[in-house]
Amino acid sequence: MMMNIFSKKSAPRLMLFFAIGVLTMPIWLDPVGANYPDLLQKFAIFGIFAIGYNILFGLTGYLSFGHAVFLGVGSYSAVWSFKLLTMNVIPAIIFSIIMAGLIAAAIGYVSLRRSGIYFSILTLAFAQMFYNLAYSVLTPITNGETGLQLTMHDPRIIDNALSRTVETGLPSTDFFGISMNGYSGFYFCAVMLIIAFYIYLKIFSSPFGMKLKGIKSNQKRMKYIGSDTRPYLIAAFVISGMFAGLAGSLMAVTDPLAGAERMQWTASGEVILMTILGGVGTLFGPLLGVGIIKYLENIFSAVNDSVLHSFYSFLPQWGENLLVTITAPFVGEGWHLTLGLLFMLTVIFLPGGVMEGFQKIKLYFQNRNKPDKSNNSSEESSNV
Amino acid sequence: MDAVLIQLLNGLDKGAAYALIALGLTLVFGTLGVVNFAHGALFLIGAFCAVTFQKIVTISKKVLDPNITYFDAYIEQPYLEIWFGETGLAVIDYAVPLSLFLAVPVMLLVGLAMERGLIQFFYKRTHAEQILVTFGLAIVLQEIIRHFFGANPIPTPAPDIVSGSAPIGLWIGLGESFVYPWWRLIYLSSSIVIISSVFAFLNMTTFGMVVRAGMANRQMVGFLGINIERKFTIIFALAAVVAGVAGVMYAPILPPDYHLGMDFLVISFVIVVVGGMGSLRGAVAAGFLLGVLQSLAAMTAVNALLPGISQIVIYLVAVIVLLTRPRGLMGRKGVMDE
Repeated sequence: MMMNIFSKKSAPRLMLFFAIGVLTMPIWLDPVGANYPDLLQKFAIFGIFAIGYNILFGLTGYLSFGHAVFLGVGSYSAVWSFKLLTMNVIPAIIFSIIMAGLIAAAIGYVSLRRSGIYFSILTLAFAQMFYNLAYSVLTPITNGETGLQLTMHDPRIIDNALSRTVETGLPSTDFFGISMNGYSGFYFCAVMLIIAFYIYLKIFSSPFGMKLKGIKSNQKRMKYIGSDTRPYLIAAFVISGMFAGLAGSLMAVTDPLAGAERMQWTASGEVILMTILGGVGTLFGPLLGVGIIKYLENIFSAVNDSVLHSFYSFLPQWGENLLVTITAPFVGEGWHLTLGLLFMLTVIFLPGGVMEGFQKIKLYFQNRNKPDKSNNSSEESSNV
Repeated sequence: MDAVLIQLLNGLDKGAAYALIALGLTLVFGTLGVVNFAHGALFLIGAFCAVTFQKIVTISKKVLDPNITYFDAYIEQPYLEIWFGETGLAVIDYAVPLSLFLAVPVMLLVGLAMERGLIQFFYKRTHAEQILVTFGLAIVLQEIIRHFFGANPIPTPAPDIVSGSAPIGLWIGLGESFVYPWWRLIYLSSSIVIISSVFAFLNMTTFGMVVRAGMANRQMVGFLGINIERKFTIIFALAAVVAGVAGVMYAPILPPDYHLGMDFLVISFVIVVVGGMGSLRGAVAAGFLLGVLQSLAAMTAVNALLPGISQIVIYLVAVIVLLTRPRGLMGRKGVMDE
């Protein structure tokens, strides 16, 4: 019933609404207190990461536990481009996407020989391998625990040739002269998100996307009807790796340093969580998940005991103290506890994420209006 | 030669921890068909049972220090010492082995609560969902531990009498210089005892026979009028106890901190897959094998030859095994085949 959003007529309209929605985020997120560049950049960057992940997990059902590798590779490549070539962000992004794509092709070629839990473990193994190597053998490339940073002595060949050098301090990243700090950084990430979303939308509505969905619902049948699924899987894996590489490079664009902790498997867990929370395999679900998690993270990590005390100050003294004691473990440092609980509750009660929740509410109202039509739940499986 | 032997022992030690966790994982997978990412958290809870027990027995009172007479100096004296004198001190000294008495019932309860409270609702759901929900549970348990015990590793020393090193060299005629810590030897031997008793339990008792039958064909056992679900619940609790005891025994070797469970879980999962999903013997063999490989790869000679190999050898082996023997080293046909 929602398939019409992919039609030739409505896709441009959808893109237009999406672009306007993303670009006006500073305006409509202002009332909820999320209007500052750092958080907005995170929304856009993780949005790209999550929709990329959704191309793999959402469409094909292959649960990768090592997607953070591509994020890390993207960051490292971008910072190297800043160090060696130029502070302009365009070469950095292109370089990152290519590197992430190459590594994704290598990992995907091996991992995709297996499916199910074996695939998850293989990707996890590769991710841990890269993470550990970043701290040991690859230190000349990754600069180990310190993380890769810009220095005063970087060659920056192109910048020097064009004599675009700064007199004092470290140069900042720029897009043909526009510095990538604050809101300009966000708008750059937002434009990248819109472009990425356009590609994502095209993949969703293309025959290629349908093939991927076919793999998720019944791979065996796909093979029986004569389509070799492996090239499609590898293509999906590489595309999704490139999205992650783009997200990683944007992280470096907004803050030019890269560390190996970006590649830890908990980072892969985070993107899975975002995708699940929003709704796996749905068009907007992952973006919703990113918004919810990054927004809550931002609020919850900032809360401390004194904030809680003032929040509950309308209560009598003992009630205030009691509630502060109960809620204190869930905020500030304990944000991860809340995250874990949220994750569990989502998987237990809403495996389809927030989007499924919306669908259920919608169905509930439809059924209430038409009590005679009882067999409406079969529509639940249609993709939004 | 000595260095190789030492690393071999170290590897067996590490392998024992991996094998114990992997054994529990495989048991749970083989019986309940659930991929339990929270199993590392059980190891973690076990280790923190030792920490808690140690904290309880060393609850102290401030008393005047009799040695300093010029001014009032206070020292902390444990209540146990005040009440029971030498016996109390001995209890404090033996805190880690004694904490097994706390850990076993606690782990039993935790295991039962986990299975009845959460896992039983996930039998029929996909493996991806099982992984995700237990991953969430693992995060929650880990963060609860961090809330109560902080983020730093907490040293839990072994009893004084075994804090030194055993002169293994003298026993096998390799000279006095070849020594190995007592506690690690105790840990290794107790792990072997635990593993063998689990196998004995499964192979030699009626209960174990029913469980094995259930692993092979759950439906048929159900038709014969046996409540296999309850038996599997007990197996889950048993796996929790095994992981917990491993955690207690490992605490003196590696001071536990809150992400201990996750660190071991990732490797243990790789080990289960290398050994073959659902194969108990495979899990134990792969655990020891990879532990030894990891330790041998950490030697300077090996590292000079192949830099960084110690960091990645486990994952490298996993990748090679999975690509050449898709079911793992000892995987059975029909278990987790796609």
